[in-house]
Amino acid sequence: MKLLFSCEKVIKRNIDQGAIMKLNKILKNAFLIIVACVALSACATTTKKSGQMQGDVYTGTDTVEYLASGVPDRVFFATNESVLTTASRETLRKQAAWLRKNSNITVVLEGHADERGTREYNLALGERRANAAKDYLMTYGISSDRISVLSYGKERPVDSGSNPLAWSKNRRSVTVKAN
Amino acid sequence: MIRILIICLIFFYPNKLLALIEVDITRGNLNPLPIAVSPLSIDENSRKNFEKILKKKNIGSEIAIIVEKNLKTSGLFNPLNKDAFLQAPDIANLKPRFEDWNLIKAQALITGKVNFVEEKLRVEFRLWDVLAGKEMMALAFTTVPNNWRRVGHIITDKVYERLTGEKGYFDTRIIYVAEEGPKTRRIKKLAIMDQDGANNKFLTLGNELVLTPRFNPTSQMVTYLSYFKNLPRVYLLDIETGMQEVVGDFPGMTFAPRFSPDGKKIIMSFAKDGNSDIYTMNLENRIVEKITNHPSIDTSPSYSPDGKYICFNSDRSGYQQIYIMKSDGSSVKRISFGNGLYGTPVWSPRGDLIAFTKLHKGKFYIGVMRTDGSGERLLTENFYQEAPSWSPNGRVLIFYRETETDDKGEGFSAKLWSIDLTGYNERLVNTPTDASDPSWSSLLSN
Repeated sequence: MKLLFSCEKVIKRNIDQGAIMKLNKILKNAFLIIVACVALSACATTTKKSGQMQGDVYTGTDTVEYLASGVPDRVFFATNESVLTTASRETLRKQAAWLRKNSNITVVLEGHADERGTREYNLALGERRANAAKDYLMTYGISSDRISVLSYGKERPVDSGSNPLAWSKNRRSVTVKAN
Repeated sequence: MIRILIICLIFFYPNKLLALIEVDITRGNLNPLPIAVSPLSIDENSRKNFEKILKKKNIGSEIAIIVEKNLKTSGLFNPLNKDAFLQAPDIANLKPRFEDWNLIKAQALITGKVNFVEEKLRVEFRLWDVLAGKEMMALAFTTVPNNWRRVGHIITDKVYERLTGEKGYFDTRIIYVAEEGPKTRRIKKLAIMDQDGANNKFLTLGNELVLTPRFNPTSQMVTYLSYFKNLPRVYLLDIETGMQEVVGDFPGMTFAPRFSPDGKKIIMSFAKDGNSDIYTMNLENRIVEKITNHPSIDTSPSYSPDGKYICFNSDRSGYQQIYIMKSDGSSVKRISFGNGLYGTPVWSPRGDLIAFTKLHKGKFYIGVMRTDGSGERLLTENFYQEAPSWSPNGRVLIFYRETETDDKGEGFSAKLWSIDLTGYNERLVNTPTDASDPSWSSLLSN
């Protein structure tokens, strides 16, 4: 919170100065705007990090459960995306290692979307996300007969909030033990 | 069962050449037509009989109230307060004293009579043009007493058609998803009700998640998505018998079902390996056809009323947009080019427009565009709303809206709303529980 506050102040001062230097040349003003923008974006990234998001992908652990010690059960996605992030791939490699060790276990990958989309499209998007996770597990040697996929679209959020952080927690694929 | 027999037409429409009142429904109607709905007159003997059967003190007044409410909801009419009526219902139905009705500024007048005839309900009604001093229409129906609400809806449909020149939409039903419980663990049931919210009935128990019910335009069949045994599949349900069956034998999730206009096919999406394509299944010979074949998400298909074209949404351009194609899947053409994402296209029963949901800068819109994508018009903006469904005459859209939750994630609700094609007359549709995914039936009587 403190960080955010000071950041805002920096921007404000810059803008104030901009107002004072009205008579200055356009070039100078443009430079100032760039400075302000840099300050703003720096500010944005700091706040997002403190809010457990990188870009709009959730990086926190509030909602995460564990399949086994050190094996997180879920991966998160950016808005409208089904691309696996570096962190997601790391999680899935841990899941693959765990699945290789426990060869009798089968899993369901449950794909989810946030509430900011139409219901039917979100069902398809959830299916696509779960399959992105499935494909990655398969490249690490897990047979496709051990993995089934189930999309819930926007029907089963973990966080009922209407804000970007809640939505980032809900854009997920969760690996659930099926037996 | 629920069919009503229109036994006799007393006098049919008089000469249309006379300049009688007309209501223009192509524009937002800011001056609704003042109309007086006189309580239907009833003799004492009939009144007592119906009171015994229907537990309603005066069925004549009850039917008039239904007509009045329907007319008011349409936004095109302004039903006048009964306290101002000077003429008794029975005399008004024989021959209105037009000066009296003129005095209270009524431009149109509905009168009628109810009789108990051989255990049945016989209703006759007349529509009068007060200014011209002429009868515009007279009709009579006979049906079982339990159908009394439908009689009110049919009267409204006839009046609406006579005054606007277009078919009504009052003798119809809405199927929807009734919702209860916290946002993270919603319980959903199929539910059905009359267009005005009466006769609400739950069709499933809520044991499994159900979504997106849609009516067959030609019968009392419904198709919907159910998570029965945790396998999301498209189902068929016969509302009369309660019989259900899975549609097709797909090795994965089927969703987004809709009927073809002739009711003989179901069109839907099938998702496999991260790719959703559109399929049809013929309900007579069970033949399945793949309609789209593209690595993107293709979903929310809807046929044109002549069955020759299909509109759908796809993210093949990178983002969700609306496309049309011929019904065999050829000639795919993108039609939405505005800013933002476009989804849930639904072809109007009149054929000229496609209704859609649009997401732009964090707001959701319900809008319409022509079938070539031109003439985009946004009707309503909100935090979250989607899934429009057309009234059978293509004049009104029903959709659902969800509220933004507060900081604690509380205050969530989902409700049905309706709005005229003109963008006016936005109304909350009352349901006993929270509600979503509405689908409007065809006219039950034609």
